[in-house]
Amino acid sequence: MNVKVAILSIQLRLNSIKKLSTIALALGVERTRTELLPFLTDTIYDEDEVLLALAEQLGNFTMLVGGPEYVHCLLPPLESLATVEETVVRDKAVESLRKISQEHSPVDLEVHFEPLVKRLASGDWFTSRTSACGLFSVCYPRVSSTVKAEIRQHFRTLCSDDTPMVRRAAASKLGEFAKVLELDYVKSDIISLFTALASDEQDSVRLLAVEACVSIATLLPQEDLETLVMPTLRQAAEDKSWRVRYMVADKFSELQKAVGPEITKNDLVPAFQNLLKDCEAEVRAAAANKVKEFCENLPEDNREQIIMTHILPCVKELVSDTNQHVKSALASVIMGLSTILGKDNTIEHLLPLFLAQLKDECPEVRLNIISNLDCVNEVIGIRQLSQSLLPAIVELAEDAKWRVRLAIIEYMPLLAGQLGVEFFDEKLNTLCMAWLIDHVYAIREAATCNLMKLVEKFGAEWAQNTIVPKVLGMANDPNYLHRMTTLFCINALSEACGQDITTKQMLPVVLKMSNDQVANVRFNVAKSLQKIGPVLDSNALQTEVKPVLEKLATDTDMDVKYFAQEAISVLALA
Amino acid sequence: KPLPFPSQMLPMGVEYDPSLQLPASDIISTVEFNHTGELLATGDKGGRVVIFQQEIENKNLPQFRSEYNVYSTFQSHEPEFDYLKSLEIEEKINKIRWLPQKNAAQFLLSTNDKTIKLWKISERDKRPEGYNLKEEDGRYKDPNTITSLRVPVLIPMDLMVEASPRRVFANAHTYHINSISVNSDDETYLSADDLRINLWHLEITDRSFNIVDIKPANMEELTEVITAAEFHPHQCNTFVYSSSKGTLRLCDMRASALCDKHSKLFEEPEDPSNRSFFSEIISSISDVKFSHNGRYMMTRDYLSVKIWDLNMENRPVETYQVHEYLRSKLCSLYENDCIFDKFECCWNGNDSVVMTGSYNNFFRMFDRGQRRDVTLEASRENSKPMQVLKPRKVCAGGKRKKDEISVDSLDFNKKILHTAWHPQDNIIAVATTNNLYIFQDKVN
Repeated sequence: MNVKVAILSIQLRLNSIKKLSTIALALGVERTRTELLPFLTDTIYDEDEVLLALAEQLGNFTMLVGGPEYVHCLLPPLESLATVEETVVRDKAVESLRKISQEHSPVDLEVHFEPLVKRLASGDWFTSRTSACGLFSVCYPRVSSTVKAEIRQHFRTLCSDDTPMVRRAAASKLGEFAKVLELDYVKSDIISLFTALASDEQDSVRLLAVEACVSIATLLPQEDLETLVMPTLRQAAEDKSWRVRYMVADKFSELQKAVGPEITKNDLVPAFQNLLKDCEAEVRAAAANKVKEFCENLPEDNREQIIMTHILPCVKELVSDTNQHVKSALASVIMGLSTILGKDNTIEHLLPLFLAQLKDECPEVRLNIISNLDCVNEVIGIRQLSQSLLPAIVELAEDAKWRVRLAIIEYMPLLAGQLGVEFFDEKLNTLCMAWLIDHVYAIREAATCNLMKLVEKFGAEWAQNTIVPKVLGMANDPNYLHRMTTLFCINALSEACGQDITTKQMLPVVLKMSNDQVANVRFNVAKSLQKIGPVLDSNALQTEVKPVLEKLATDTDMDVKYFAQEAISVLALA
Repeated sequence: KPLPFPSQMLPMGVEYDPSLQLPASDIISTVEFNHTGELLATGDKGGRVVIFQQEIENKNLPQFRSEYNVYSTFQSHEPEFDYLKSLEIEEKINKIRWLPQKNAAQFLLSTNDKTIKLWKISERDKRPEGYNLKEEDGRYKDPNTITSLRVPVLIPMDLMVEASPRRVFANAHTYHINSISVNSDDETYLSADDLRINLWHLEITDRSFNIVDIKPANMEELTEVITAAEFHPHQCNTFVYSSSKGTLRLCDMRASALCDKHSKLFEEPEDPSNRSFFSEIISSISDVKFSHNGRYMMTRDYLSVKIWDLNMENRPVETYQVHEYLRSKLCSLYENDCIFDKFECCWNGNDSVVMTGSYNNFFRMFDRGQRRDVTLEASRENSKPMQVLKPRKVCAGGKRKKDEISVDSLDFNKKILHTAWHPQDNIIAVATTNNLYIFQDKVN
């Protein structure tokens, strides 16, 4: 089948699957149950997009088969879909099954739903067994205790399945299953499964057990955590595989909340220190990312002491880490420590670190510091930093890589707001104008947008005095690209500057450029007039804009003519 | 169950000759059994994949005979052109690796020099009948004649085997891909080119992690390239890669994200008596394979097969000479480029026998326990169905006995580079330049 036909037929099938409810309505509930559903159960040969749509539709089919009394009829097609190899389709089928399980009566759950789960759990294919893992928690609460025992047994079996894929599915659902179990079974069953999965030979299984740890810890009473959960967690934090340690670092805040302040003080603080000093950079970076959150969530009574004695020394080391991602991760959160530690500690201990990172060779590190200045501003005021800040900003603004320059432009409105208009005018204004004539178009465009935001922040009067003259001055630049930038700026600024400035200062410049020798400039004049037209009054439009547009409409260049005519019609000047 | 050394190899029913169905330039470039041995995949220079399925006549008989028949054929890769470098990208399939079966369908990874593809092979045996808008012959009905809505039913049809590309893993290799290997975790795999090894997740095609990078900062300092790589069969964190200088490096992915530092380096000190101008070239490892039990690795260099114990780095535990008689011919083999031929090697199901190819359509099997070996030939003339293959012998010098073949009469254009062994039984697949042979041990 050639590709076009194949795509077309998939699209047709996809469209029809999305109209499945219409078909079901037309057939009526009985024919839907007896004819449509059997057909759908067997047609799982299709493309993934079609199967995915089907799995989703079936989740909403309860009324179309006759209501909750008949909802179990939806189980066969969904059971088929739960065995396909494409993960997104299986996951959607499981999601729909979970949804309709709520509409089964407790009797129907035992008679229809639970047997389905049993069949999937003991199926030959890994795919059915992985899907089963997602269904235990929804049927457990409402079935009899004998059936509950069966479900627990099935889950246990899947946790020690031969295939890593199935064990991974079981591990990822461990927390969710634990939540619906009675506390006694959590202690007796879940804990041993958790410990086993956390020592699995496959790294990919062990790291999912770390996630489960959070849920399990939240369910258990504090006094049981030390014996039932902490040994496993300590083991994970020192696992030979860096990926497992990474997971611990990544989930650190959740773990902290789950285990509570005592265990945090005794176990998690040293564990966190170790992660910050881990031999693998990825782990250090993940831990560095959590520094602020971890410190924030320490118990208030000895928070400062813990941070100053245990965390800050590690943080100092990270500032000069060999790996740039680690430093960058640290830079994105380190400023947040100032609100936690207060003014004096910030000035004495944190300020040197901020300044060091502000001078880091990696641009991303510097950018991350600059983007978080507001936290520091709150605590000690920006003046302390501003001396080092300016050289850092200038260096980033002139970086050889255009994406770095782009990033700093994006922070400019924020910085301007924090540093104030005087500092900006004194030091940053020239930079903003220089960006307007950068070699890279993306920079010129971002710079134009930047100006607009600055005008919004500082007001039209400021614009009139500081930037408008410079922008309009570019209209005489020998380089046509710079002349066009003037027009783009005018487009961006006219609304913020208001009618007065636009009419008296900007409009004359635009009109003058209608005589430019480069056609690109001329047709952009037409586009500009169209853009700023709504800001002008009707007098200006009729007496000044209309004649110029009419002239451009007879231009020798086709594009100029086109845009002029378009402007005339949009502005209703004809 | 124990596997005896195959002593009575019989040619089996089919000898697939791609040139009969396809343009004559197509040469088989890779051969691989799936995990049960029921399916055998071959890839060729024309980018095609042909899959054979085992059909067993009466498995209950002690001496069952199985046949491999064509199950599916599809075009995996097409030739491409790299516009930036003005280079052609060949469609030749370098490697095929099967995924463990997870449902009714089968999956395999196939790769050319630059792009890896995941293929799904599935069976369809039902089709829908009873459309509302169409007659049985396909003509559209007059809508005015349709008075009721009917639901099609599925009726049986002849078995159709469909192959569809499920994922394309592209743009991650600057150099030519020489190996792919699936991890025991069933969700990741590695791909290796001359200088780099990347780790992929089977579900994610737009990202790949680089785990080994041996490219020097200054390319003029390049002395060694990666020739093959493989994951350990059970340990999800361990993989090995071989080099053109005859070294093997075992790496542990747990220790760090970038595995440039190996955990073990396997290298045999050179035998000074055998030193020659060609020593380095012939020490280049062309293939590396872990044993099924995960305790050993086998390497193939130009003249020999070596077995290494994972716990001993300074020398192999066993060395088998494949065609030592070629050592005195290295000069002419260098001139006709044969010295650069990349032979593969493989283990039998219980790691007691290893096999590799040679020239003149010969292939060799070495029994590790009994210290015996045999040379067999895969050719039309010498394989009549139901007739046991006769062992061959090369006469290295001196008086040539009857039935022996002299070194100078060997045909170096007839090379067996690719061989595969069924994971459980004594059934082997051997690819000559353009034919595939399947042999089964009579004693089964």
